This record gives sequence, structure tokens and C-alpha cells, in this order.
Amino acid sequence: MTNHWIDIKNSDCILIMGSNPAENHPISFKYVLEAKQNGAKVVNVDPRFTRTSSQSDIYARLRSGTDIAFLGGMIKYILDHHLYNAEYVANYTNAPFLVSDSFDFENGLFSGFDPSSEKYDKSAWSFVMDKNGVPAMDPSLKHKRSVFQLLKNHYQRYDINRVSEITGATPAELLEVYTTFAATGARGKAGTVMYAMGWTQHTVGVQNIRSMSIIQLLLGNMGMAGGGINALRGEANVQGSTDQGLLFHILPGYLKTPRSSNDSLEAYHQKWTPTSADPLSGNWWQNYPKYSVSLLKSLFGDHASKNNDFGYHWLPKVDDGENYSWFDIFDDMYKGNMSGFFAWGQNPACSGANAGKVRQALEKLDWMVNVNLFDNETGSFWKGPGKDPSKIKTEVFMLPAAVSIEKEGSVTNSGRWMQWRYQGPKPMGNSRPDGDIIMELGEKIKRLYKKEGGALPEPILNLKWDYMTHGEYDPRKAAREINGYFTKDVTIKGNTLKKGTLVPSFASLQSDGSTSSGNWLYCASYTEKGNMSMRRGGEDAPNGIGLYPDFAWCWPVNRRILYNRASVDFAGQPWDEKDWVIRFSGDVEKGKYVSKKWLGDVPDGGWFPIENPDGSKRTDSKSPFIMTRHGYGQIFGPGLVDGPFPEHYEPLESPLAKNPMGPVRMNPVAPVYTSDADPYAINNPKFPFVGTTYRVSEHWQTGLMTRPQPWLMELEPEVFVEMSEELGRLQGIESGQRVMVSSVRGAIECVAIVTKRFKPFSITGKTVHQVGLPWHFGWRWPEGGKEASANLLTPPAGDANTRIPETKAFMVNVTKI
Amino acid sequence: MNKSFFIDTTICIGCRGCQIACKQWHELPGEKTINRGTHENPPDLSFDTYKLVRMREQVVSDKLKWLFFPEQCRHCIDAPCLETAGYPSAIYRDDATGAIVFTEETKNLDADEIIESCPYNIPRKGPDGSLAKCDMCIDRIKNNMLPACVQTCPTGAMNFGNRDQMRELGNKRLNIVRQTCPEATLIDAENVSVIYLTAYSPALYHENALAWKSNGVGITRYAALRQMMRPLSAIFPRRM
Repeated sequence: MTNHWIDIKNSDCILIMGSNPAENHPISFKYVLEAKQNGAKVVNVDPRFTRTSSQSDIYARLRSGTDIAFLGGMIKYILDHHLYNAEYVANYTNAPFLVSDSFDFENGLFSGFDPSSEKYDKSAWSFVMDKNGVPAMDPSLKHKRSVFQLLKNHYQRYDINRVSEITGATPAELLEVYTTFAATGARGKAGTVMYAMGWTQHTVGVQNIRSMSIIQLLLGNMGMAGGGINALRGEANVQGSTDQGLLFHILPGYLKTPRSSNDSLEAYHQKWTPTSADPLSGNWWQNYPKYSVSLLKSLFGDHASKNNDFGYHWLPKVDDGENYSWFDIFDDMYKGNMSGFFAWGQNPACSGANAGKVRQALEKLDWMVNVNLFDNETGSFWKGPGKDPSKIKTEVFMLPAAVSIEKEGSVTNSGRWMQWRYQGPKPMGNSRPDGDIIMELGEKIKRLYKKEGGALPEPILNLKWDYMTHGEYDPRKAAREINGYFTKDVTIKGNTLKKGTLVPSFASLQSDGSTSSGNWLYCASYTEKGNMSMRRGGEDAPNGIGLYPDFAWCWPVNRRILYNRASVDFAGQPWDEKDWVIRFSGDVEKGKYVSKKWLGDVPDGGWFPIENPDGSKRTDSKSPFIMTRHGYGQIFGPGLVDGPFPEHYEPLESPLAKNPMGPVRMNPVAPVYTSDADPYAINNPKFPFVGTTYRVSEHWQTGLMTRPQPWLMELEPEVFVEMSEELGRLQGIESGQRVMVSSVRGAIECVAIVTKRFKPFSITGKTVHQVGLPWHFGWRWPEGGKEASANLLTPPAGDANTRIPETKAFMVNVTKI
Repeated sequence: MNKSFFIDTTICIGCRGCQIACKQWHELPGEKTINRGTHENPPDLSFDTYKLVRMREQVVSDKLKWLFFPEQCRHCIDAPCLETAGYPSAIYRDDATGAIVFTEETKNLDADEIIESCPYNIPRKGPDGSLAKCDMCIDRIKNNMLPACVQTCPTGAMNFGNRDQMRELGNKRLNIVRQTCPEATLIDAENVSVIYLTAYSPALYHENALAWKSNGVGITRYAALRQMMRPLSAIFPRRM
């Protein structure tokens, strides 16, 4: 989230789209209700009427996979009716930037597309630079090559009628949503969005979110209380996990995983450290080397020095152009290229899209280590439905893990708040915390490498890895390591800080090896004052917008609302007095600021404001979006693989043979897997209905923790498929009957819920039905193995940028049994 | 001062936290259920299920609503079950709180008769003939804790406290909700300790949301008759 959970109560209009917070974040939903009680309008857009819809003032439907059409229509509406915040757009976004003539969009493709490699050359989407090396701008936004005019051009096609025929939302529904949300462009009003997998799990997932980012920049909602872009994370600590570099393409703190072509530390820094010639651009990532070197010191300790590139060569690299995402892991495994696999705290046999391929892939392994609370469909894949154990050679080791409440450590929530948790009950039986398992495993591996050598022992032998206290894994030690410390005595502003002193913030980090930090983003979380994430201070900040600065700790540096410099005008005074986030309150002499003081939230960069009270410009200021290279909110986004403007494409599996928006049917650069275990069906009469997957309050993820629980199974005992009354009549299905839901990849038996909450869509003049299933079930529990995983149906395509599977839109059939 | 619940169904999200909290606190078993084509489960209150969230899809003024009603015993001010039983060691009223409590001595009663007397169809029979229902978490409230369902509710739909405070809260919410939903009502507020606020007609939420066979007073004719006969039953004790 750019903002945080409590801040949602400050909003005037909450768009809930691509998520279902009443069901999946029921406790946090109380902030939505609080906003409502304060007069906010709640707008919900979903293919299905959910428990969230039941609390919404406005509910509109859309066919799964058409969010860009829906939102593109809103962009056009905002521009046509001049509902954007003109001052904000002209000064805080890249709307005035001039785009080079090499950028174009024609026949469904952006310029730079190479059909042979099926990739875009992003350099075609560059800005015109002026003679100072700074993007050329037209502040009047009239230049025909300005981002603003190009944006208008791009969304010309997204008129209400075309959007309606693509999405299935009626023109009246669209207008109601657009007018209500666009009203937050007015000064003193803020709108926010709550989104989750309904937006991310598509071949155009990242572009879905980009669409909303554009809207929020047009309306001036970024950096504002009750504004922002709020992703609802789907697990208690997935935010913490991604912060710590769980995904293949990043290192802790969102540093980049080095490519093999980054053949030295210098080359690595050269490639990934952005530069800006604009003195007004904070370009915070220019500090990249300080963070990467501090990380290397944290990994390799005294083994890392200037002489050996701080151990850079011991870091694993990814091959240029290769991907190692979830889908790629199982594709490689399926092809027999993997001998061993750690299924650690996950259940891929049920959570992986196209789960049948996952289950086949697991058969190709020599061994698997399954670390989990209970036995599950993955660890026991070899005796699952359709498997013959006598033909499967995979050796499975089950390591029982302790559950989160049985151990101490931190959890970082959607709002970036890191909260320390303490051990409740002790782990049962032989189950152990993950930290202990990892440490013991790692120590043994280290000893083996020392004894036997190996292909490349240095990365393992040189790991500092000292997170033990009295022979046990110590999460507090790990937390201090993550914050970081000085590796030698340093003197800052006349103060000498001794070696080992915890760094007070990432501003202290250096690229010369004098600092160590496991994650620059978490600097200041554990300082000489203590573990900040343990704090539970109950007093709000003076601006009273629910920041609670002394409750836990959030990154970065406890800044609760990101980009908050965009919430003030040039003189540093809030656009919105009622819900102000920060305000400048330095002394003024002769119309000029002479001392620096910000009140409220931690300012997103403590520099002076852009102007003095007398209107004169200051040179010691920065533009508000400091994490971007140029300092401006990116309406034109040149860094994504599939284009600088979102464009509606149909999902891989769609009810339409053609894309009504243009000649290119689906995202041309989205990955589609093509092994013999990856069939898909486009406009296939055998699979005529749109399928989607979702969750319910009563179960959790693949259901491993909830299916063994009798009280929860009492509520939701069986996998079900929800469908409209019209579809029920069409297929002769009554509510409560058992039916078969099938895709070209698999079929599962479930109970039909025939409901008013789905309704058929009218898409380009034809009736399209949609159904949905929860993915919480699997054969292992309850004993007896009747229930199957919805992921046996889901498709082998992923988002172009992240490769997250498109589990939210695919084609199925539903028939009586 | 007696206690009351104020249950604001207009902010209930149907999460069923209350339903499970009740099970957990009372250590009641989960029933073996099937999906009957609805999310509502189990199908009915039972000896092992004191709290059940009813979930109904209704079209009101051309708009789809999904109405949630977390059903439980109303702890009537003048409880017909208590009057019908006339057996204080089986069914009694806790004077401090107003809780209507069933004990295992309910197995000495005619269970069907007791169930029949309830305007809301709440009590349920167990294998040994005894009866069970919500007990207002009397053990919790005597220890200054909130009832389990109230403690768990994430949105504030479930409220519990002194009756005058709950009635005030109910009226306040009623006035706000009536601004957009003119048919909003507090159900049988004078006669029960568990006061529900619904945005629309109670019948849309559940057959027994409103007292059945009601003459508008929230008490059945049958029970009213029993009440009149109370002095007689003291003289002629009920059959064992």
C-alpha cells in the first residue's frame, strides 16, 4: 500500500475492485465501514456480488479480465469532463513531458515490437531530453507529443459504449462509477482504491494497476490521506517476504538480482543505478550502491572487501533474458531438469495454476523436502488421485514446521507496518520454527562444503550467517542484522559511533564497506533505542488522521503515507486542510523560508518546499516522487515490458475470438507455456463460460490450515461453483446439485450454488456467462479425499511483467453429473 | 441494570466469526454438513449450534441485497419458554443480567412443548432430551468479559452492554439508517434483550426474525395463556 489500513477511514470514495475485503480482510474492513459512517461512498466493481458488495453504495459488474477497458473508460471520462486536478497533473506528474517521435501505438501494438523475439524494445518509448539532459516539458499540456495529449489519444477508443460491450457493465453502471469516483479530483476530496488478486492475476495484471495509478495521478490522489493505491496483501507476511527478496528478480530491499552480464560490481551498479541531470530530482535510487554494498557486507561480513568487489561474485546470477518464476520452476521440473525441490511453507499441488502439470512435475523429482504444518497434497502427491506410487521414485521428506504463533518474529502487513510478535504456545511434538530448520540445514551444508569441497564453495563458506544465540536461531539477532550497523568506528558530524552501533537510518549507509545492512528499507526498524516494531504507542499524531507513529514501525523510516510531498502545494502547505498529511512550518524571513521544519507524517524527503511563501523558487528542494528517476508521478510509464500505457487485451482463454478494442487479441508479450501439459482453449464451444477463482472468509489459501478444522468445515464443507440463475436454467442445474466443472486442462466435481449474485453479461451483443470457484480445497483433507483443487482448471499463462498466473480468467464448462 | 445485545445487521458482513466464536467458547462440536447450494450452514440451529448467520439474497427496489442475520436466542424479557416450563431449576432468568438460561434439567421437560412456545423457534433438543441455546455467555459476562460473539465481531455489528445504552445505540443507528432505508426497524425492541436492527422488513432476513404468531406484542397466545396459568402450575406441578 502507498497508504495504510487505518488511512482508509479518511477516504471520501473507496473503489473496491479486484478485491473482496469484507470476505478476505474482514477485520480491516471496519475502516471501510468507518469511512462510510463519515459519509464516504463505497464503490464495488466485481463480476460477482460478494459480501463486500452487500456493504457497498454502488455495485457494478464486469466480466473477468476487462478491468483495463473499465478503467480506461474512466480515464477518458475524467479527461473529457476536465475532472482532473490540473495543478497537480501539470506540476507533479510527467503529463507535461514530451515523448520522442519513436513512440507510437498502432494496430494494437506499441512501437518497438519485434515479432521474432515477441518482445518490445522499450527504448522506443523514450522522452525528449532538453539540452541539460532533463526531460523536455510543456507545462500547458497542449503539445501534441506531451504525455497528456498522448494519453488523451490513447483512450479515445474507450468510450462508454465500447467499454460496456467489452466489460458487460451497462452504460448507466459505468457512468455512476465514473462520476462518483472522479468527484475525488476536487480539492479537499480524496479517493482510494483497494485491490488484490482480481487485478494482479491476469496476463495484463500490472497494467491493470497502472490504469488505476494513472487515474489517481490525474485526480491528485497520490500522497493524500484517504488516497493512494492500496494493495491488499493475501497473506499475513507476504509483504515482509517480498521486502526480503523472496521473488527471483529481486534481492532484499527491491534491489535487482544480478544478471550474468553484470560481470562486476561496477557493471552491476552501472546497469541498475538510475541517473538524473535534474537538480530538482531526488532520484533516491541513485543511492543504490550504498544499499547493495551494505547488503553484501551483511551476507559475507569480513570476507567482503573492496578487494573482492565485496563478494559480489559469490552472489547467484540469473541468465540474461531468463525467468525463474513460479511457472518457470514447475515447467523446468516437468521437463525433468530438476532433481530436488524444497516445498517450503507452500502447497503447489493445490496453489499452482494448472495444478495437474505441477503434480506431474513432482513425479520427475528425485527428492522433495516438504516443510509444512501438516501433510498436504504436495508432500503426498505420490498417493493422490490418479497416481500410482509404484511408478513414482520421488523421495519425500516431511519436516514439521511450527505455526506462526508458536514462534517469535515480525510480520509486515499490507500497510508496510512491521509488527513484532511473541511466542504463544510452544511448538508441538517435533515441529520447529522455520528459522531453526533453516539454520540447522545451512550449518550442515556449510560443514559438508568445508569437508568435501564442491563446484563453488565460497558463497556458502563465506556466508556470515551468525543468527544464533546459545545454539538456537535468534530472530532478534536477525532483525538487528536486517537493520544494519557500522562495520568500523565512524565519525558523523563530530560524533563517533563505535563499530557495531546499529545504523539510525538508511541515510547512514555507505558504499565503501563501512556499513552492513540486510535490507536498507528496514533501516531504523531496530536502532540503539530498541526494536521499533515492538512499540505499541496509542497516541495519534497531531494531524489526527490515524498515523499512530508510535505504534509498531513501518518502512521507509516510519513514513506512513508515501509520496506525501505531493499532498502539499509548492510552499509546502496542505492541499487539504482537514486531513493534512504533512505541512512545512519553518521560519519565514522576508518572504523566504529560513529554517526547515515539517509537521505531521515523516515527509517524503525532508528538503525545503519547492517555493518560498513569496513565490520565489528554491534550488534546495526536490520534486515529490523521489523514487522515480525524474521525480514526477508516471502517467507515461516507460519501464514495463508491455507498454507505457495500459491497453485492453483479452485473457489467454476468452469467450471472444477477437479483441473488440483492436486487432491484437491478447497481451503480445505475456508468457504462455506450451508443453504438452499446457493446453488452452480460445473461443472454444466446449468451454463456453468464463471461469474465475476466489476465496471465502471461512477458509485459508489451499485450505491446509482450515480443512482439518471442524468448525470451519461446518461452514464451508465442499468445493462449490457459483453460477447465475439464468445459467442454472440453461444447464438444467439446481442449487445443491453436484456438477462437473471442466477446462481443457482438467475437471473437478463440485456443488452448484445457483445464485442471484452472478448475472449473465452481454458482451459484443452475445450472452456470456461467468462462474466462480474457491481454490481452498484439495483431496488430502478431510480424509476420504473427495474435494478437488480449483487450480486443476486454471490456465498456463502469466502476467507479462511478473509472470503471476492468470487464475482469474479462463474458460470452463459446467454440466450436471 | 439488565444487559442487552444490539445487533446492527446493516454492518454485518456475514463473516461467521460470531458463529465460530460461540462454538469455540462453548466447546461445541462442528456438525457434519454438506453444501446445500447456499453458504448458510448448518441448515438450522441445533443442540450444538447456538448461533447461526442466516444469509438471504433479496431484491429490494430492483437492487440486489445480501442480507445477513446472526440468529440467536432473544433472551426475552418475559420468556415464554420459561413460563411454559414453570421449572426454575431447568429454565431460569438470571436477575442480574436478564439472561434466560437452560440447565441439564431441561431433560425433565417436554422439549417439543418448550420449542413450540418460543416465538422465535430457538431451543433445540439433544440426544438425552435436554435443551440447549445461547446462554448469553453468562460465565463470561459474570467475569466482566463480553459474550464470545460480541468479542469476535470485526465490524461492530455485535454490541453488548447495559440495556439503556444498547437501546440508545439502537435508536441512534435506526435514525441514521432510516435516512436511506425508510423501512428500517428495531425488531420487537420492547420485548427482547437481543435487539436486531434491520434495514428492510425482517421477513426478508429470516422466517423467525420477527416473533411468529405474533399479535404484535412479541409473545405467543399460547405463552400468554401459560402465563395466566402460572399460579395454578405452582399448585399443580408439571409432570416429570
